[in-house]
Amino acid sequence: MNAPLSHARTTSRARALVSPSGIEIWHVEDYTVPLVSMEFAFIGGAAQDPEGMAGLANLMAGTLDEGAGPHDASAFQERLEEKAIELSFDASRDRVDGSLRTLSEHVEAAFGLLALAVNQPRFDQAAIDRVRSQIISGLRREESDPGARARDRLNALAFEGHSYARPADGRIPELQAITRKDVVAQHQALFGRDSLHIAVVGAISPEQLTTLVEKAFGSLPARAHLAAIPDVGVGHAGHREIVPLDIPQSTLYLAMPGIARKDPDFVAALLVNHILGGGSFTSRLWMEVREKRGLAYSVWSSLANRHHAETFIAGTATSNERVAESLSIMLAEIARMAEAGPTEEEMARTKDFLIGSYALRFDTSRKIANQLLEIAIEKLGIDYIDRRNDEVAAVTLPQMQAVARRLFAGREPLVVVAGQPKGL
Amino acid sequence: MRTDAAVDHFHLDNGLEVVVIPDRRAPVVTHMVYFRNGAADDPAGKSGIAHFLEHLMFKGTERNPKGAFSETVARLGGQENAFTSYDYTAYFQRVAKEHLGAMMALEADRMTGLVLEGPEVLSERDVVIEERKMRTDSDPSAQLQESLLATLYVHHPYGTPVIGWGHEIEDLQREDALAYYRRFYRPDNAILIVAGDVESGEVRRLAEETYGRVPKPEGPAPARRRVREPEIRATRQVRLSDAKVEQPVTQRAYLVPAHATAEGNEAFALELLAQILGGSQTSRLYRALVLDGSTAVNAGSWYWNDALDIGQFGVYAVPAEDVSLDAVDGAIDAVIATLRETEVSATELERAKTRLIADMIYAQDNQAHLARIYGATLTTGGSVRDVTEWPERIRAVTAAEILDVAKRYLQPGRFVVGHLLKAAA
Repeated sequence: MNAPLSHARTTSRARALVSPSGIEIWHVEDYTVPLVSMEFAFIGGAAQDPEGMAGLANLMAGTLDEGAGPHDASAFQERLEEKAIELSFDASRDRVDGSLRTLSEHVEAAFGLLALAVNQPRFDQAAIDRVRSQIISGLRREESDPGARARDRLNALAFEGHSYARPADGRIPELQAITRKDVVAQHQALFGRDSLHIAVVGAISPEQLTTLVEKAFGSLPARAHLAAIPDVGVGHAGHREIVPLDIPQSTLYLAMPGIARKDPDFVAALLVNHILGGGSFTSRLWMEVREKRGLAYSVWSSLANRHHAETFIAGTATSNERVAESLSIMLAEIARMAEAGPTEEEMARTKDFLIGSYALRFDTSRKIANQLLEIAIEKLGIDYIDRRNDEVAAVTLPQMQAVARRLFAGREPLVVVAGQPKGL
Repeated sequence: MRTDAAVDHFHLDNGLEVVVIPDRRAPVVTHMVYFRNGAADDPAGKSGIAHFLEHLMFKGTERNPKGAFSETVARLGGQENAFTSYDYTAYFQRVAKEHLGAMMALEADRMTGLVLEGPEVLSERDVVIEERKMRTDSDPSAQLQESLLATLYVHHPYGTPVIGWGHEIEDLQREDALAYYRRFYRPDNAILIVAGDVESGEVRRLAEETYGRVPKPEGPAPARRRVREPEIRATRQVRLSDAKVEQPVTQRAYLVPAHATAEGNEAFALELLAQILGGSQTSRLYRALVLDGSTAVNAGSWYWNDALDIGQFGVYAVPAEDVSLDAVDGAIDAVIATLRETEVSATELERAKTRLIADMIYAQDNQAHLARIYGATLTTGGSVRDVTEWPERIRAVTAAEILDVAKRYLQPGRFVVGHLLKAAA
């Protein structure tokens, strides 16, 4: 099959399939390369970790491919490797994600192993202990990483009292206390057909895919048992905190309330953020902090949305003695954006970029599957890819000015700096 | 199987080498220019100049002054960046296919038209200093890695960090960058790689209209004459103790041939050896140190195979709680000793081959990744055929050949051990 797969055609080619037990699958059939790439997610990740068990979802997800059904960890990994099947699981704040990639000739075996991992994970004590020690070792390594330290402290302050305040990867003493029973219970709680989203791209027919998905996920409980997570704002506005680390350069993060994906002004806000600090090499923060003054290698901003919180985050890493200057420039740029908004010219350039670059998100099977998965989770509709550029084009300058004011005017950010900043 | 046309390969009259990799699935192209020079070609005392110049290449030309390059790329919906390695420097954009010609015009213009004036040279040097602080000066494990390489290569420039030594970066001048630029940035020292939804004939036409107008330079293309490493008989160890370290690590690197310098099947055998020793969770190291024992929480190995000169074979392990780095080293030594005595099993070998060869099929799903494979291969002494024949060469490796490279290269004197430790309070 030789048909070109343009991004505009991805949706017309993306079909919604439904398995006998009611699982929806978004599928792009493409035989150019003999492989199948599947991305899926169960809603409800680390945010569901019970009090005192930060890291439970992470530990559970990390142990899923460490032995299942009749195979212990070694035997299971050997079966994956013999056919070069790539299967992995990862828990983030709001989701447990899975990824499966296989050569199409091994697709039956791949889904067979996936079915075992999803339905019959062994959670052998030795495997749990091994994965736990790997997670703890990673957390220890992060203790000397200024980016990780600043990020964790920022989350702890911004979301104080909420489960988002805890590191998604866990906390060492809490991880150490988690038992096998906890892991098994969390698997049972999080994995249900109603919390599952699936996107598949590649060399497989709809009929075969539906059958295989049903085999892998059809026997899961109809419903996941998720705790209700309250929405949360960004706390500690105006507070500045230093995480002392003996290094010559500081990493700085600042946070303010953001804007919900479903808000009618979200796309306008996305453009505003792009102009401020989202667009590398051309953004205002980039020009002022890096290009003009050489203060930092990296400076950025983003609209970081979780399922129950919306934030605007910006950051940089700069020499300890230049932190104060860098922060004041960043705050000045945010204030300038709040006051006057973007220019007509900036708006036009940004629309051109966002519209023109959209196709770049669809040039590999895995990227297409990931895009579809995000669209499914955000409930934007399977035709969103065709609508998205129109939404960007429709944004007006007054709308951007208004949303910039709404986001930034009179706001005091929470600021966290890891390092030994001078003059803060 | 794949129905796209094959990879095409040709030269323009001015010496520019061109590779076209068809990928018709999305209406986008990846446009890359590789120069056959990298940090290992930095003149003595000017470490970091290749990388500094890479930054300065975004500063503008007469035709596309300050900022115009990146503004044009962004306006056309493109993504761009650049990177410097020991043996090459590369620039790339990813755009909708109708803008390929515009990217070529921009890149051809800055191949010889760079203008460096004003304060932006020095402010960019500050950016590089911040980059070094971010990547190295704030990270004990990166500092250890730097020392390990400086010890492993006692003479060859691979022992000097790509970004440069801090004190030399601080002294790099505009004139240094320009001298380096004039020496290496010329069409007969460059490789153009285009991957994506485009015909080879169209690429040739566009390339001739843009790059083709860059005059053929006087004299032969710059030669890379690198010093050779002496035979060192001593096993060496470097240690870095830092109060911030909460997780000790042991690592080691052996000097081994890369594809460019290996004889026969050696490099292919080393690729499989790295996979069998520590490339996965069923590898020898992972089994012995992590699964069967309680020596380490993680362990693995890797092979730097696309060096122009002498490559590296690396091993690392993260010790389990209360296990000393020396004990972990002992366990690693034992695993390696076995591999130097007995042939690997047929099952193991088959599994490793399957895994490596599948990577090449997975790579076909990613045009940007494919472009990088060709770029790295062609700037380090390889050919297009080396890429296409790679799966067959891997398939042909025997257990005896793997035993042979393990015996020959994984031996004392050829490696440096690095320990990352917590400093006593």
